[in-house]
Amino acid sequence: MSTSHLTDKINQALAQGRKAVMPYLPAGYPTKDAFWKHIQDLDAAGADIIEIGVPFSDPVADGPVVEQAALHCLEQGVTLGWILEELTRRRSTIRAGIVLMGYMNPFLQYGIPKLARDAEQAGVNGLIIADLPLEENVEIRNILQKHGIALIPLVGLNSSMERLSLHAEKASGFVYFVSVMGTTGVRDALPEELREALLQARQTFSIPLALGFGLHSPTQLQGVESAVDGVVMGSALIRHLEATGKVGDFLSPWMIP
Amino acid sequence: MKKGYFGDFGGRFAPELLMPPLLELEEAMGRIMAGEAFQRELTELLTHFVGRPTALYHCANLSREVGFGVWLKREDLAHTGAHKINNTVGQALLAKHMGKTKLVAETGAGQHGVATATAAALLGLECIVYMGAEDVVRQAHNVQRMELLGATVRPVESGSRTLKDAINAAMRHWIAEQAATHYCLGSAVGPHPFPLLVRELQAVIGREALAQFRERTGKLPDRVVACVGGGSNAIGMFHAFVPHEQVALIGVEAAGDGSPGCCHSATLSTGTPGVLHGTMTKLLQTPEGQILPSHSLAPGLDYPGVGPEHAHLQALGRAEYVCVTDDQALAGFMRLTRSEGILPALESSHALAHVLSLSGTLPATTDVIVCLSGRGDKDLEIVRQALAKRDG
Ligand SMILES: Cc1ncc(COP(=O)(O)O)c(C=O)c1O
Repeated sequence: MSTSHLTDKINQALAQGRKAVMPYLPAGYPTKDAFWKHIQDLDAAGADIIEIGVPFSDPVADGPVVEQAALHCLEQGVTLGWILEELTRRRSTIRAGIVLMGYMNPFLQYGIPKLARDAEQAGVNGLIIADLPLEENVEIRNILQKHGIALIPLVGLNSSMERLSLHAEKASGFVYFVSVMGTTGVRDALPEELREALLQARQTFSIPLALGFGLHSPTQLQGVESAVDGVVMGSALIRHLEATGKVGDFLSPWMIP
Repeated sequence: MKKGYFGDFGGRFAPELLMPPLLELEEAMGRIMAGEAFQRELTELLTHFVGRPTALYHCANLSREVGFGVWLKREDLAHTGAHKINNTVGQALLAKHMGKTKLVAETGAGQHGVATATAAALLGLECIVYMGAEDVVRQAHNVQRMELLGATVRPVESGSRTLKDAINAAMRHWIAEQAATHYCLGSAVGPHPFPLLVRELQAVIGREALAQFRERTGKLPDRVVACVGGGSNAIGMFHAFVPHEQVALIGVEAAGDGSPGCCHSATLSTGTPGVLHGTMTKLLQTPEGQILPSHSLAPGLDYPGVGPEHAHLQALGRAEYVCVTDDQALAGFMRLTRSEGILPALESSHALAHVLSLSGTLPATTDVIVCLSGRGDKDLEIVRQALAKRDG
């Protein structure tokens, strides 16, 4: 698979006249077994890209819901090795693109060259590393690239034109736009300045743009639809799962233009 | 050396949303802090508000007892009772010059929180302090001080409910409130430029100690010893001595109860390289890269990471890092209190305990300077309980 696999997935959704839907679930949540069933259900429900959270003990960019879920997963004994092994076994049954989302230290301890090899074998299409900014990512990006894995940049409302352009030169797959100045977690209203910032990012990147952090209802996208190619839902999905015990029906409201 | 690195350690492993304020801070260090006007203002505050230079005290009684010269750099005499104030007055002043109106900080022992709240009160800045819920209980007295100074203390219930979780919470707060807020980080840890910024502001300790010792004795000390939590008092103490190769630099970490496999804070002695709180350093972690809980009788040493410059000095062999147990630190606390009439902070008691362990092993002409990073008043309740348990 090439780095454009994620781009293709998003473009396919757009071709169907809708946003790409990208649910996020921490690996092993709520239990190691149930997690893979939920992944299958998300896939069956039409998820275009599934983001698998790699739990870390100190997730600085996450809000309380994702943090609690990740800590719970660590208590279940979830490791990056387990995630990659299980994924390798099941990848052929999952249609969606797969992105691992986590923090630097667990990836680093696994060993970046080994990570790139094993992730490629497991059919991982991209990596999001929440605490790896542009300045520190060159080496890792190059290694991943050799294995066809995209390093997805996170950008936000405070990313300058200059930084956006620097990201645009290197980014592959898609670019993840953080909708709020803050951590993950459901919010009612998105900031007013979001529309303009998204349009600016839209112009800077040639690859698709996904919006995430704080999303729980498609109505939140009013006014920014034209700039967004995909949506990421984490905390809202975790809450939905906690409340209903299942995930399949979570995506349907998002499967609209 | 790579920018923001000390050898292989350091860097800036922070969320992209924190890059703009980190770059802004780095720029301000060059433009504002390096300037003469700022330095004059800072010196003025250090002299008349903080009470610098702090004394360099020769412990005549203790020296007799151990058989070599023991000196204390008396940071316990600085305003608010610890070295932390050097850093917060500097950062608060810088923040003010940057046009920030709020400070956010984390605190473990509460000393940094008190020091930040103090600087904020002085300079008219708003102040929010995150503190692990566990530490809120352990250091109730300092919580009260912060609140009296006008700061808002926010207990952190997540994770291990100690300093590392307070840092996570403060970083999250900073992401959201970066426009008006400066993150007044309390030790020489975190993403670049914090390890450099904090070291520059704490380097006054070692500069003074070197000059004072020279003036009194006409020579350099043989050893310089400081406790290492995040490593700010130690790096501040060491910095001026680093070029003087004949001066041994010794950092003292907390070994907790000392039993194998116990929870402790001996990051440099037993940790492995990794990334936490924005920096590549040595960490207490599992093979999978999860951060392990730490422990020390001294809340200010209770941190599973350490400043990257210490990891570098250790790798170079320029500084040596050793461990001291809770019990040894407690004994050090009692010894200084009874011998010299000085109640040291439990953190500093670790440094002291190491020096006491050298009793009778060094030539009488040897001179050792210990950074007495803070005073022990904040620790009276911990000491009372520990003594009760010991004498049980
Ligand atoms: C009195 C005192 N000494 C030492 C420390 C350890 O911190 P650092 O290693 O950053 O000097 C603390 C931290 O709170 C402290 O309060």
